Amino acid sequence: MANVIRRQTLAARLSRAAVYSVLVLAALFYLLPLVVMLITSVKPLSEISAGTLLMLPQDPTLAPWTKAWGEACTGMRCEGVGGYFWNSFAIVIPAVLISTTIGALNGYALTKWRFKGAELVFALMLFGCFIPFQVVLLPMAQTLGWLGISSSRAGLILVHVVFGIAFTTLFFRNFYVGIPDELVAAAKLDGAGFFRIFWRILLPVSTPIIVVSVIWQFTQIWNDFLFGVAFSAHNTQPVTVALNNLVNTSTGVREYNVDMAAAMIAALPTLVVYVLAGKYFVRGLTAGSVKG
Amino acid sequence: MKNIATTRTGKAPRAATSGGLQAWLPRLVLAPSVAISLFFVYGFMLWTFILSLTSSRMLPSYDFVGFGQYARLMQNERWWVASTNLMIFGTLFVLICLVIGALLAMLLDQKIRQEGVLRTVYLYPMALSFIVTGVVWKWLLNPSLGIQAMVQSWGFESFRFDWIVDPDMAIYTLVIAAVWQASGFVMALFLAGLRGIDDSIVKAAQLDGASLPRIYWRVVMPCLRPVVFSAVMILAHIAIKSFDLVVALTGGGPGYATDLPATFMYAHAFNRSQIGLGSASAMLMLGGVLAILIPYLYSELRSRRHG
Repeated sequence: MANVIRRQTLAARLSRAAVYSVLVLAALFYLLPLVVMLITSVKPLSEISAGTLLMLPQDPTLAPWTKAWGEACTGMRCEGVGGYFWNSFAIVIPAVLISTTIGALNGYALTKWRFKGAELVFALMLFGCFIPFQVVLLPMAQTLGWLGISSSRAGLILVHVVFGIAFTTLFFRNFYVGIPDELVAAAKLDGAGFFRIFWRILLPVSTPIIVVSVIWQFTQIWNDFLFGVAFSAHNTQPVTVALNNLVNTSTGVREYNVDMAAAMIAALPTLVVYVLAGKYFVRGLTAGSVKG
Repeated sequence: MKNIATTRTGKAPRAATSGGLQAWLPRLVLAPSVAISLFFVYGFMLWTFILSLTSSRMLPSYDFVGFGQYARLMQNERWWVASTNLMIFGTLFVLICLVIGALLAMLLDQKIRQEGVLRTVYLYPMALSFIVTGVVWKWLLNPSLGIQAMVQSWGFESFRFDWIVDPDMAIYTLVIAAVWQASGFVMALFLAGLRGIDDSIVKAAQLDGASLPRIYWRVVMPCLRPVVFSAVMILAHIAIKSFDLVVALTGGGPGYATDLPATFMYAHAFNRSQIGLGSASAMLMLGGVLAILIPYLYSELRSRRHG
């Protein structure tokens, strides 16, 4: 109670106001680009050249969005980013499912069936989280060629699975370490096998970590640019590569409103995931990037 | 005693028979991933190292020239620009993210109303692709239509913010955009760290009459050392890998003023038919990552052994 009363002094109120103003200013800094992107994407080009960044559209239009989706030029072709948006999904969905499944089984085998060398195997795989991908680009290009899947969606899926399982294994391994071994030991005594125990005991409690893994992989792969630009052809490009091409295509007038609409389209899926499942997103970020 | 012995021996044969395949299954399940890791991570690193010792240009050739490509790299002015840029960009990016992240986390920890909303706002850029970030900031930094034009239209005619077209300043635009994207994440790391600190330590300091800033500086900060450490690791790692942001925001320009090792490597290996030189630069990037990673892993392992 004494504490509460002390809070009411003028100095305390002033410092309270200062804290809130810093926090709100910071929020404006983070929001500014998104707001500008949205406003610009619904302005006609004339208003952009006549007005300034934060002026609200006088005559809002969705034309930049439809153009960005279906007509804008990305390099030599003028089909918008719509097709590439679906390309990204066609790459992301299988890559996320496969890498999460493998990660779950790996994590399970590493923690509940400890064998000699399990820690070494884990350390070996974990290193894959840290390498700069530039160091695998050239051999990967050649290997994809040998496998006959260079510049294909299958090739990109393979690349994302290969370099994603280090992360998914890390997630599931750290999660399963915390599940009591007694549950598994009892089931082993009853004669239940490897997959049966996984299916009946581990999987039912794995929902949170599956969500973390799926969200992490989804954002990583959706936002990937390096692999996309190195290993795709014009018809298999992910949306990030198409967006970059669209913005850098230098034919005719620069249509900033179309650029911004295309950027919004490329950003929407991961933003939606973040808004719907922010808690898990943060958990993945911290787990995926901190410890082993 | 005898009873236990018999049950033990009684169990043994059964465990052994069902143990045959069952004992190998975990290893079988892991085998593909281990093979993938050995081939695609370790094999490819070795492969790139071998390429870096050859005179490969447009196609890989295995005509060895020793460390000649590394020597060429050291004499390459563009490589030095890229490395210096990484130093400037990396240092500023890490430091500013840490300061902003720590500050926001401490302020947010003061029983703030709507804390959840603010946190969501601070962190959302992390969900975006660096390409999107680059495209947006390129627009904001555009001198004739972006922030500069806006402030000038408010009456500050002499306001200049044209860093993106200034070779000496363009590197700092990368810092701005990258800080915008990642500082909220550092805030989240710090906030989690702060929430993990035992309240009684802070209460005790308060009873001793220490002021709030003093408590933070002397009591809380030392507890957050591991958080600072991992944040530095993660941020340094992001900095070394930065590729997309440069491509989207400045394209490495003006000229090659904002080149980073990652874009240098890509340009030489894929666009300029200098596979040998590109491989050498990739190996140096790997060296840079290892230089940060090894001390980190070492201290992690040590602290775990102590814990």
